[in-house]
Amino acid sequence: MAGKKILLEHIDVPGINTYEVYRKMGGYRSVEKAIKSMSPDDVVEEVKKSGLRGRGGAGFPTGMKWSFLAKPEGRPRYLVCNADESEPGTFKDRYLMEKIPHALIEGMITSSYALGANTSYIYIRGEYFYVLRILEKAIAEAYANGFLGKNILGSGYDLDLYVHPGAGAYICGEETALLESLEGKRGNPRIKPPFPAVAGLYACPTVVNNVETIAAVAPIVNMGGDEYAKIGVGRSTGTKLISAGGHLNRPGVYEIELGVPVEEFIYSDEYCGGIKNGKKLKAVVAGGSSVPILPANLILKTANNEQRLMSYESLADGGFVSGTMLGSGGFIAFDEDSCIVRNTWNFARFYHHESCGQCSPCREGTGWMEKILHRLEYGHGKMSDIDLLVDVSKKIEGNTICPLGDAAAWPVASAIRHFRDEFEWHVNEPKLCLERNYGISQKHEVVM
Amino acid sequence: MADKIKVTIDGQHIEVEPGTTILNAARQIGGESVPPAMCYYSKLKGSGGKCRTCLVKVSKGSEKDPRPMPKLVASCQTQVMDGMEVENMTSPEVLEARKGVVEMLLINHPLDCPVCDQAGECDLQNLAYEHGAAGTRYEFERRKFNKINIGDKIQLHMTRCILCYRCVYTADQITDGRVHGILNRGDKAEISTYIAQAIDNDFSGNVIDVCPVGALTDKTFRFKNRVWFTKPVDAHRDCENPKCSGKVVLWYKGEEVLRVTGRKDQYGEVESFICNTCRFDKKKTNDWVIEGPRQIEDTSVISSNHYEMEHMLPVVEKDPELMEQNQKMFHKKIQ
Amino acid sequence: MSETRFSEETIKVVNSIVSRYPEGKQKSALIPVLHIAQAEFGGWLSSDTMDYVASLLEIKPIEVYEVASFYSMFNLKPVGKCLLEVCHTGPCMLNGAEELVSYLERKLGIKSGETTADGMFTIREVECLGSCGTAPMLQCGRDFHENLTNEKVDALLDKLKAEGKQKSYVDQD
Repeated sequence: MAGKKILLEHIDVPGINTYEVYRKMGGYRSVEKAIKSMSPDDVVEEVKKSGLRGRGGAGFPTGMKWSFLAKPEGRPRYLVCNADESEPGTFKDRYLMEKIPHALIEGMITSSYALGANTSYIYIRGEYFYVLRILEKAIAEAYANGFLGKNILGSGYDLDLYVHPGAGAYICGEETALLESLEGKRGNPRIKPPFPAVAGLYACPTVVNNVETIAAVAPIVNMGGDEYAKIGVGRSTGTKLISAGGHLNRPGVYEIELGVPVEEFIYSDEYCGGIKNGKKLKAVVAGGSSVPILPANLILKTANNEQRLMSYESLADGGFVSGTMLGSGGFIAFDEDSCIVRNTWNFARFYHHESCGQCSPCREGTGWMEKILHRLEYGHGKMSDIDLLVDVSKKIEGNTICPLGDAAAWPVASAIRHFRDEFEWHVNEPKLCLERNYGISQKHEVVM
Repeated sequence: MADKIKVTIDGQHIEVEPGTTILNAARQIGGESVPPAMCYYSKLKGSGGKCRTCLVKVSKGSEKDPRPMPKLVASCQTQVMDGMEVENMTSPEVLEARKGVVEMLLINHPLDCPVCDQAGECDLQNLAYEHGAAGTRYEFERRKFNKINIGDKIQLHMTRCILCYRCVYTADQITDGRVHGILNRGDKAEISTYIAQAIDNDFSGNVIDVCPVGALTDKTFRFKNRVWFTKPVDAHRDCENPKCSGKVVLWYKGEEVLRVTGRKDQYGEVESFICNTCRFDKKKTNDWVIEGPRQIEDTSVISSNHYEMEHMLPVVEKDPELMEQNQKMFHKKIQ
Repeated sequence: MSETRFSEETIKVVNSIVSRYPEGKQKSALIPVLHIAQAEFGGWLSSDTMDYVASLLEIKPIEVYEVASFYSMFNLKPVGKCLLEVCHTGPCMLNGAEELVSYLERKLGIKSGETTADGMFTIREVECLGSCGTAPMLQCGRDFHENLTNEKVDALLDKLKAEGKQKSYVDQD
């Protein structure tokens, strides 16, 4: 019954965070295999065959992204790992880096070789600086054992790998903002084109990939792309790390084979073990705060009454009318007593705080939405606020420089789409909803 | 030279050089189909893309790949492709999005136009008039900042700023040492020097000219007069600063020069940058060689009643040649 | 007040950070160096500190201010020796982040955003720290404190008081 574990296969092996144990468990084989018996293009080909899709949220095919990398003569190319994990609900990269740092280092070396990068960076969010230390230690071990530095394994291939901290900015998870930040600037997303594959870090061709994506390259090279593609379901190949949080009995990071039914993921003891305190499930945000929230009935079954699966396609089934997205795999469950308005306000506050402020719809619109939602949540809303929110979200969506605008708009629009009655209830019965949400809270003297 | 590229904007065809943006192609056509631009400035590298007022719809990507682009695109940043078809004023979607952008730009704007020196020559005022909605749906307190002087010649009224970044690019590219920038993040972002500092170098005054709103104003002109009561005259001088064009507009009230600015084209961009000496220190008629009345677009409030025959500007009246020019403009106008 | 200047040893660390980036791209070292400066010069970035970092990296002071004011981890005003940053986003809110904040507030006698009179603690609410499965939680300096209960908070505060400081960016252990 247990699904296939690839990235976390050895998670319980004592000392797996050290080079010695990691190596003993078969670590760094992909580097040996790639460097000794494969050309860089061969590695790219295997990744293409694997069907691996970006694990950071967008789900773009990794092999295709790699094949876009420009290769002009005499200019360096860079691989940058996006370890700026900041999407609310998502903590899988931290878990992987903390527990098995060499999995990322190995993936970085094999991937850098494939892309012809001689200097690579791991951009990690500043708040994770204890993890940064863990990675630096692992990198030092890799250098000491000849997997990094000059002439790796006698092949003539050189690679230097560094960890670079951010300093608190969700927006730096957007790849061009990340590159700006890595260049020592404000994390303002760049206007595309040009894409990083043509002009990225220091205007050189650059690939930016998520931690989990890069870590998956090692097993793909080891087993071959075709084998990897057999895992999972349809175009959702392989395994995915899911961060499970909210009202779950067993929150945490789970590696699932893509295609596990959502119902099984929530209720089986192998995964989340059901809803906390024996309550019922009300709603789920399946892929990090940015993706549309779905009510329990639509997350367990599609609109066509088919079982909903943990896969890119199945979660997206029904589009935004009745579906959502796998996103970053930040899976947040809400029990029957959760307030959707309150949560929507909470997320809106997040996006307002994290907007870089560069383009007007996002800079102004995120704050506006937060204020309206705050008013609704605290009992001062008007019925017209609900449609106003929908309209403001539409004015942001699609009209901004980077996807943060969409990410801010979708949670609001979807919450109203599926839970309009609860928004109306907040307008009609402000006292009742205040009592429900704050009656037992120790903190809130509700500010009227 | 590479072949020219065919592009259609609102049904009008034009051929442009490869690498031209949609916005600049539209400017070559001129007229109604030119998207408004609040942050793009052709003379400032890296500017544009931020305000989102110039969003347009690409209904056909190119001859080779005729698929429409999935989202509206910033016309100031998007290069034309051969066979591209663009909808600007003909697209309800574009107009709706633009209305949204204008609303966003205005929710935290103080709307203090009655006491703003920029009134009458403000890009935001014009934009709101042409593309905005009559009322606002924003009911919360607006963002406020204190006015600060950045040096003795320039005042920063941050509350009015729309964060176009033009003044930052100007300081980077035109002056020889940028001391101000964008601080903080999101809707708390502001233009600032951080620790109170004067922006003081030979070309700093240009930040006033590039500002699309009344956030950066000329303290030497502050509250002197409404722009539409002043009369603009083209003038030049042989400026000792090699980087200064010395080509300016003098804004007269009677015999007095109230302010000096660069010469702005129909898109509000200066034709060339001028130095602070020309801008702030040369305010006497005999500092300048007068070229003649500045031609102002008929739609501008500044042009109204300007070059009438009855109340001629003293500097014009004294010079037969200028008189003749004035007469020509007058006749052109009443035709 | 001592002059804002890194020790010889720290300068070596700074130089090794600068060497990670290509020639002429030393500005890339700005964020890591600001982290070090903040840790070494009292937990916040004064304009003197930022000007010093600008001179080290040979960039304009405004370039440092722009960056320092963008990122939420950089404090442009003094904070307590121990900065208690409570995550209040989504999953943490669902699991008692607000109760955690109010417990800290009552315990320390200050409001969120304030610093205790002895300069020991500052409470701050922050956005998602990537610890959603172990909510509620707070970060203090380098360390994450997860699955918090009132008892755990008591123990943590006692420990921090006894040690008199938080583990910072420059602590290697």
